[in-house]
Amino acid sequence: MFDQLSDRLRETLRRVRGQARLTEDNIATAMREVRIALLEADVALPVVKAFIAQVRERALGADVMQSVTPGQMVVKIVHEELVAIMGESNDVLKLTARPPAVVLVAGLQGAGKTTTVAKLAQWLKQREHKKILLATTDIYRPAAIDQLKTLADMIDVDFFPASTDQDPVTIARNAIDHARRSGIDVVLMDSAGRLHVDARMMTEIRAVHAAVDPVETLFVVDSMTGQDAVNSATAFDEALPLTGIILTKTDGDARGGAALSIRHVTGKPIKFLGTGEKLNALEAFHPDRVASRILGMGDVLTLVEEVQQKVDKGKAEKLAKKIAKGKRFDLDDFREQIMQMEKMGGIASLVEKLPGMSGLPNHVMDQVDDRQIRRTVAIINSMTPGERANPTIIRGSRKRRIAAGSGTEVPEVNRLLKQFTQMQKMMKKMRKGGGMANLLAGMKGRRPGLPY
Amino acid sequence: MPPLFRNTKKTENKLKSSPPGPSNLRERLSKTRNALTRGLSGLFRGSETLDPSLFEDLEDLLVSADLGVGPSTKIIDHLRDVSQRQNLNSAGDLIAAIREEMTVILEPCGKSLPFDGRPYVMLIVGVNGVGKTTTIAKITHWLLQQERTVMLAAGDTYRAAAVEQLTRWGERLQVPVISQGQDADAAAVAHDALVSARARSTDVLMIDTAGRQHTQSDLMNQLIKIKRVLNKLDPEAPHEIVQVLDAGTGQNALSQLQHFHQAVQVDSLCLTKLDGTAKGGILLAIADKFALPVRFIGVGEGPDDLRPFNTAQFIDALLPDAESLQRPGAPA
Repeated sequence: MFDQLSDRLRETLRRVRGQARLTEDNIATAMREVRIALLEADVALPVVKAFIAQVRERALGADVMQSVTPGQMVVKIVHEELVAIMGESNDVLKLTARPPAVVLVAGLQGAGKTTTVAKLAQWLKQREHKKILLATTDIYRPAAIDQLKTLADMIDVDFFPASTDQDPVTIARNAIDHARRSGIDVVLMDSAGRLHVDARMMTEIRAVHAAVDPVETLFVVDSMTGQDAVNSATAFDEALPLTGIILTKTDGDARGGAALSIRHVTGKPIKFLGTGEKLNALEAFHPDRVASRILGMGDVLTLVEEVQQKVDKGKAEKLAKKIAKGKRFDLDDFREQIMQMEKMGGIASLVEKLPGMSGLPNHVMDQVDDRQIRRTVAIINSMTPGERANPTIIRGSRKRRIAAGSGTEVPEVNRLLKQFTQMQKMMKKMRKGGGMANLLAGMKGRRPGLPY
Repeated sequence: MPPLFRNTKKTENKLKSSPPGPSNLRERLSKTRNALTRGLSGLFRGSETLDPSLFEDLEDLLVSADLGVGPSTKIIDHLRDVSQRQNLNSAGDLIAAIREEMTVILEPCGKSLPFDGRPYVMLIVGVNGVGKTTTIAKITHWLLQQERTVMLAAGDTYRAAAVEQLTRWGERLQVPVISQGQDADAAAVAHDALVSARARSTDVLMIDTAGRQHTQSDLMNQLIKIKRVLNKLDPEAPHEIVQVLDAGTGQNALSQLQHFHQAVQVDSLCLTKLDGTAKGGILLAIADKFALPVRFIGVGEGPDDLRPFNTAQFIDALLPDAESLQRPGAPA
């Protein structure tokens, strides 16, 4: 996500970076480039203008002239201003109300409200162990109610049944009554997609809001939205007391300028990013991290948190103990590690978050292929337990059998065995050097700073 | 039974008082138009002569309508060019010059469906949430009015309840829907549907597909497979791969189209949700880069709010009247 904006800014700033000092002239050149980049990233024009004005003013200020390399200063200013526009802090849902706490989502058609509601349910269930009820007031789109019910079953949370001949306000009220009686902590209330210029539908959502009195009213918006994002966000913000924004579909290559625009015009915090179709593809929004990502500085903090969330702790500890005891790292362990990696969203998603990696050319990124993981697992699955424990016994005819069994070729089996040997060596070194803990500690300590 | 489309009653009333056509489309796109009119009026700033320095403001205006930096620059360059040869000294001249350039850019868009095959197989593709299924329902409604027989195939086997959504549309519109339920192989559904459409000698078969981010290569490969499977049954099929685009989408629409085009060769477009304040300007950016016909535009939620695309009407609806610019400061 945000790939092309970051490419563009980096290219521009590289030119400034090469120069000895910042003059009014070369700032103007850089700012023109930044302006085009932001417009092409779908940042709304008024927001672009405000942004450029702020950056230019600060770049020409005294603090720039005092700095050793002016280029560093411009990068820093652009970064800081991006953070400033997107908000200062990471907000989470405030659910401190007398239960049931109600969360209402609203937005245009096709923004991804229903999927987002299911993702939030999964998030609150897993991380905060809340008892959740899903309800929807979408009586218009065919099968919208079925869709939410299916999702509720998938994540195993309660669902409030409704039918299309009921009134949205009545459904909403009944859902809250039901939640109160059944000891529900949080009610997540989905709504029909609506255009901000549809007066009747905007009146309806206001009525639903008044009936359920939510603690959080979230505006769900597609990250691919263009210049019109400011209009729809403003209209929803005027109609409803919004408490936050959720930006969806950030797993595509949208440059995500809408995030900047909406934040700027509504002043409401962006709370979450939708990052994929799976129900765990939801990330907390950290303005500083996303700004870093825009500038190609990586997102190590998100990565560390994801590792902590998704890696199966029991298995990781078992492996750590095994290695600490001086036991051999075998192919079963290797497979386990590979599968953990896939759980975290695959190699491509990991690489994207590492500092400097977004600077890799696209053809290199194309070679980072998650299918390779599945092929590797298939190869290991085709081995006997004896072979996995002691791979040195794998010779010619065994290799041919494994290749045939996994639908691969012998050279691929060879490549895997070589990789494994290297990894085994690394594990040995780690054991001598103090183990996994040191490695992770080093990673945590490394904040995404300025790589110049 | 629930209404066929939301606001059906309202739309019927509206249709009675003003028949569909240019004036109606104009009205539908009035939100876009008003914003442009206000902007253009402002550019004259009370004087009757166009100040060359105002070109920059005009470019901003076009960019704000999602035309993109490229096409906007192209139009402004054209205006500069014209202004050197002749004096652009009224709003009318300015509008005429913009219209001229927009017509050139949109020239390849105005072609209607050829229906040169039977069943005429249309594969409907697009990213998540652009309105594929609703558009299929609206096109079906339109085709039925043209007295063609239609069959639908529930190829979105991924999203929860997507099959039910299309099935309900089939019930309401009384057309057969071929489906195999959730998580079935989309290519198998498409295969069965084509066999069935042939057996019943249906005129048009429309195949729904799951919304997919254009950057996910495995999902794009699934589309290639659907195309290949249809191709084996009928070398001409699918006759038309239609990509649905949301009018609210910004410059990312170009990337979407590029990726889908690379994977399966998109034949035509449908632009949805033009009834909000979203500027249809992205269409100019698209037309500038890909010379693809635009079959339909969606301008509302009523059943008749899907219109065959017409270049002149579209520009008419997008651009302000020259008269409304003659009196600068007058309410737009």
